[in-house]
Amino acid sequence: MGFASPTLRLTGAQHRAMVAHCYDGLPNEACGLLTGSVVDDEPRGAVTEVRPCRNEDESALTYRLDSRDFMAALRAAEDRGEGLVGCWHSHTHTDAYPSPTDIEQAKWYPEWVYVIVSLRDGDPVLRAYRIRDGAVAECQVVLDR
Amino acid sequence: MPVEVRLPTLLRPHADGAASVSATGATVGDVFADLVARYPGLSDQLVDESGSIHKFVNVYRNDDDVRYLDQLETKVTDGDVVSILPAVAGG
Repeated sequence: MGFASPTLRLTGAQHRAMVAHCYDGLPNEACGLLTGSVVDDEPRGAVTEVRPCRNEDESALTYRLDSRDFMAALRAAEDRGEGLVGCWHSHTHTDAYPSPTDIEQAKWYPEWVYVIVSLRDGDPVLRAYRIRDGAVAECQVVLDR
Repeated sequence: MPVEVRLPTLLRPHADGAASVSATGATVGDVFADLVARYPGLSDQLVDESGSIHKFVNVYRNDDDVRYLDQLETKVTDGDVVSILPAVAGG
């Protein structure tokens, strides 16, 4: 089952790693990349790595994933015969739903899954989306324990 | 000197659909000028009004972001690969 389906499968460890990186980034937004198999330019199968990255913006309102971390993640994935299949970032004071800026920027990587972790409330809320042509569709997130 | 320029999917329609194109120049800026001369549609995508690399574009000489080198003045030599990767960004 690939990302073309509306389901994102994560291990508990991957889920915890993403949420932990988001807390580590406070008070700013945090971000990272997801790697996995890519066949015919389309992500397939499970996420193989969640890779924390730096937020160049160092902002509580925006993120720009560090360009050096981006290239390092891409090369590491390629070395394994894989590719980048998505990214995640935190919303420190808003819902786990793509902002207008998120939707605009997603045009560059329409095949990716976009994970957003909201830290607004007491417990973190992690949701995943596909964003294509300005349209947002939520993915089911399944934790494999 | 010819270098290979790799384009992201969304910019390829501006370059006749090519994933990578050959371009010449002594610097990244020269290479961009050569590209834009042949593919004018790329102009607004690579540099902003002030002539700097567009805010939401990462440009690499081989695997090094040219912002940490000499920006558009970064020198390129025969066989280098210039990769254009849109930034992963949002709010």
